[in-house]
Order: sequence, then structure tokens, then C-alpha cells
Amino acid sequence: MYVFKLIFKNAMRHRLRTFLTILGIAVAIMSFGLLRTVVAAWHAGVTQAAPDRLITRSRISITFTLPIAQKEKIEQVPGVEEVTFGTWFGGYFKDPKDFFANFAVPGSQYFNLYPEFLVEPDVLETFDRERNAAIIGAGLAERFGWEVGDAVTLTGMIYPGEWGFVIRGIYEGRDETTDDQQFLFNWDYVDQRMLEEAPMRAGQVGWWVIRIDDPAKAARISKEIDALFDNSADETLTETEAAFQQSFVAMAGTIVFSLQVISIMVIGIILLVAANTMAMTARERISEYAVLKTLGFGGGHIMGLVAGESVLIACLGGGIGLILMIPLLNGVGAALQQWFPAFPIDPMTYPQAALATIAVGILAAVFPVWRAMRVSIVDGLRRVG
Amino acid sequence: MSNPVVEVHNVSKMYHRDRVEIPVLNDLSLSVPDGEFVALMGPSGSGKTTLLNLIAGIDRPDKGTVTVARTDLSGLNESDMAKWRSRHVGFIFQFYNLLPVLTAFGNVELPLLLTKLSKKEREERVKTALDLVGLGDRMDHYPRQLSGGQEQRVAIARAVITDPTILVADEPTGDLDKQSAEQILDLLDGLNQQLQKTIVMVTHDPRAAERAHVQRHLDKGELT
Ligand SMILES: Nc1ncnc2c1ncn2[C@@H]1O[C@H](COP(=O)(O)OP(=O)(O)OP(=O)(O)O)[C@@H](O)[C@H]1O
Ligand SMILES: [Mg+2]
Repeated sequence: MYVFKLIFKNAMRHRLRTFLTILGIAVAIMSFGLLRTVVAAWHAGVTQAAPDRLITRSRISITFTLPIAQKEKIEQVPGVEEVTFGTWFGGYFKDPKDFFANFAVPGSQYFNLYPEFLVEPDVLETFDRERNAAIIGAGLAERFGWEVGDAVTLTGMIYPGEWGFVIRGIYEGRDETTDDQQFLFNWDYVDQRMLEEAPMRAGQVGWWVIRIDDPAKAARISKEIDALFDNSADETLTETEAAFQQSFVAMAGTIVFSLQVISIMVIGIILLVAANTMAMTARERISEYAVLKTLGFGGGHIMGLVAGESVLIACLGGGIGLILMIPLLNGVGAALQQWFPAFPIDPMTYPQAALATIAVGILAAVFPVWRAMRVSIVDGLRRVG
Repeated sequence: MSNPVVEVHNVSKMYHRDRVEIPVLNDLSLSVPDGEFVALMGPSGSGKTTLLNLIAGIDRPDKGTVTVARTDLSGLNESDMAKWRSRHVGFIFQFYNLLPVLTAFGNVELPLLLTKLSKKEREERVKTALDLVGLGDRMDHYPRQLSGGQEQRVAIARAVITDPTILVADEPTGDLDKQSAEQILDLLDGLNQQLQKTIVMVTHDPRAAERAHVQRHLDKGELT
């Protein structure tokens, strides 16, 4: 009790300096939390991949399409339960920079493989009946203010021209990590028009989605599928959905990695800020420590005073940072919704930030403690100021 | 005047500065009987503070022995020495050296935190000590709210609170005006006369030295 009072009073001796240090630590802890959450949000996109789904794409590149005829062959492979597909459409609504995922799927059957997209059965019926029907994610609907029944025209970049759609349904994500930003419509719609305008491009799909009966067989089944098309004009590359997504985000992965590095560097910076404050503090108080030692207080007492003050300042900063982090992350999450469909605050962020705070408090005190303990009483007392 | 409380025996001490040896004390001996009030005088740089530090157990000689309160200080390690100091030595510094974040009460209480006394016992003792130095009504004041003389009186209360065997004072009046200095000297005198405290006081001030029973002069590392 007595010691806490002393530590607290010591910390408040240079109010401005302490305040600035606390502020610096708070800002840094908030940045740390933000960076960590962005990284976690990124990984959430990858980890939501179902383990029993394989993705087959052109071996040459994801931008090359595959013939629809492959479907039957893939269905023959033992272990394959159901096959569906998607074709990247690459359309935009008014502003090309306003990116969202939009692709063609083979009607309601697509949803058999994506049970995490929750849709009403009658919506699926309509979807199959009306060729230009679209089903969109709830997040996307909210973002553009679209409602069921709205007519929406997308401009195609891969499939040129204007494409009219009618929104017939809105799917909800099963949980927070489900991507609810997609715009899905009937592949037939695109294929019919291709037949008329560019017959070479008809009968093509972007990738196959395959549900298998046992995730443990993923590697074997992938090999067997790819073997089917070896030496054909359309060689394939099959991998788990998770691996597929990861390769998709390999580029961004580097950015994510840099974010992780930066988040650690941020901790390094606050360590320097706190260490600097503590070093100044300890230097000013050398004669006081000498007096305490003269009176018979030991190195442990001095260490407690210096380290206690350091940890106190770090914890005040870290605490404020953690408290402000919640509204900050929620705000940023709302702003970045289009990029990160799921932006949940990783619960690990809090213990990590708390741990980092305490570590900073202790580490920042190491040098000042060493100094305060090492200076002899006689030298300390000579420094009268 | 009975057996000596302080016995400094053939002590030498030198400092090193850039490989140059600066001898400060040279084969010096000093004996202070129990209950004595000694003034150490001498020009600046003559080694008064150095000698006082050796007696108080905050520094060690290069040669010779220092025995205080029947303890040979060279036989103690750092932590035993710290414990010994807290029991036997009361310190009074030229610049008072109070902790600015603690009140007069808190500063005086400080040495008692190392004892097993209860909070209540500590409180009683601190009050008694502050009354003794005439600052019973200033308990809750911080050092910055006190005059220099008052600060030094708080420091004296802090020095005597543990009832030490010996008081060491390094120019206790060096930073005070004449009137405050008189008060401090009166206090020391009283502690010596009424409580039979042994006092070793370094001073430049001849008036202060007069108050002591014995005056020793240190010059060029030798006592006269
Ligand atoms: N830590 C040190 N390193 C080097 N030299 C020192 C050290 N401490 C003291 N000295 C030297 O030792 C000599 C004696 O110092 P000391 O402080 O004992 O003198 P003093 O008699 O108390 O002087 P003053 O009256 O000015 O306080 C001085 O020449 C001083 O410069
Ligand atoms: Mg001196």
C-alpha cells in the first residue's frame, strides 16, 4: 500500500512527461491492436474455408477457364460427393473501383456446397426459374442499399457489355467469418449470351468446387482429378479450398506479413519511449535512491520503485489503449467492411496487448534499475541537485 | 566518557581519476568516545566527507579498519552493512535530502518501514520525533512547503527516529541562514546532552564547531 502510493506519487512528479508517455503507449497499443486485428481478419478469410471442399482450376492460371464437360468425369472420382462451379464475372456497379465479388454459378445447386450461405428455399426456386436473378450477401446489400426486387445493372469487364439483374434473394452468413459480400447469379445467363456473341467462350467455367466425403482423402482425390486431365488441353490444378485461397492471397500475404512485423515494431517503439522516460527519471533520482540506500533500503526496494513506476506508466497507457481500441476497431471494421467481410476483434488481441504492455513496463525498467542499483551511495549522494 | 563508539584505525583511502591516484586519507586514526560531540573541520577537499562516509558505513577504506558500535565494518557484506546502518547510524546531510513526494511525516517514517513496528507504533514514534524538532504541526507538509531550516529539522527527526548509536552530519548548517543554523545546532546539542547521542559533525563554520566538545582538523589527509 505504502509502496504503491510512493510509486504513484513518483510517476506523477513530471505530469506532462508522464502524460505524454502514457499517451504514446496508448496510441501504440491501439495501433498494435488494429494491426493484429487486420491480420486476424485476413486469416479469418482463409480459415473459414471448409476442409471438405476442393477447388479445381486451370493449371495454367486462375484466369483460364475450363470446359463444362469436365464435370461428369470429376463426379466419377471415388470420394467425390458433389460438384459445382463458379465463373468469375468481374463486373462492376457504376464505379470500377467499388470492388465486390460477382460470379456466375449453376443455379441453386451451388448452395448445396455452401451451407454457410443461408437462403430461403423459395428464393432458390426463383433463382432457378428466372435467368437474370441474382442472390447477394447481406453485407453487400447493406453496402449498396440494395433490396429484394431491385434491378441492378453491372458493367462486365471480362464479359463486355451491360448486364441487367434482378435481386431475388439475400443470403445471410452462418457466422461472423462468412463472406457476405458476394453477388451470385446464373451461369446460364452468361453462357446463353456467349453462345450468341462469342461462341468460343460458351460452355466454359472458371473453377470447380468439389465436396469430398472425407477431408483426410483430399490429397489423393486432388491427384486423381488432376490425373484425369493430364496431357489434355485443359490441365487442372486441384487443392483444398484453404490452399486455394492462400495462393490467391499470396501477394497480399506479404503485406499481411509486413503488418505483423510492423505490429512488433510498434511494440519496440513504445519500449523505446518508455525506456527513455524511465532512464530520465532514474537519472534525476539517483541521489534519492542513494538516500534510500543510506537509510538501509536494499537493491530490491530500489528495483521495486523503479520497475513499479515503469510498469505503472506502461499499464496506464496500455489500459487506455485497450479501452479505446474497442470503438476504434469497430469503427475501422465498419469502414473496411468491403475489404474484410469479417472484421471480428480477435479475442487474443487483448491478452497479447496486455502482455506486451507489461513486458514493455518491465523491459523499460531494466537499464534504469541496473543503473540505480549499481551507483554507489557515495557517488549518488555527491549528485546533489 | 566510556569506551569508544567509533574507532578508525590506520585508514587510507584514495580515489583514481584517469589512472592518477589521488590520496585522500593517509594512515589516519580517530577514536570517538561514547556520547561525544565531535566537529571535523578542514579545508575543502581535505577528505572530511570521505572520512565521515567511512564511519557511517557507506564507503570502505583501502587500508585499515573502521570499528563502529563494536562492529568491524570490513567484515560486513553490502546487505549486512545496509542492515547495520539502519540500526546504528542516523544521517544528516547538507541539503537535507528529503524525498519530495513524501510529507514530513512520510519522510520521518521512512526508516521505520524497515523495522517490524506496527503502523500505530510508527505513527506514535514519528509524532514524538517531529515534536522533538518542533514541527509537530507540520506533519502533512511536503518538503517544498517548508523552509530550509525546517527541512533540516525534519531530516534530524528522520535521523533519530530509529534511535541510532551514532549521528553523522555533513555540514548540516552549510546551506542555512544564521538563525536557522542556530536552531539546528541547538537541536544537535540537545540530542547530545539529553539523549547522550554520539555525534560526528563535519563543518566549515567555526560557530558550529564551537558547539561541539571536541574539534578535529583534517588537512592533507592527516588529523590534528
Ligand atoms: N568519487 C570520487 N572520485 C574521485 N575523487 C574523489 C571522489 N570523491 C572525492 N574525491 C576527491 O577526494 C578529495 C576529498 O573529498 P571530500 O569530499 O572528502 O572532501 P571534503 O573535505 O568533504 O570537501 P568539502 O569541504 O568541499 O566538502 C577531493 O579532492 C575530491 O575531489
Ligand atoms: Mg564534504
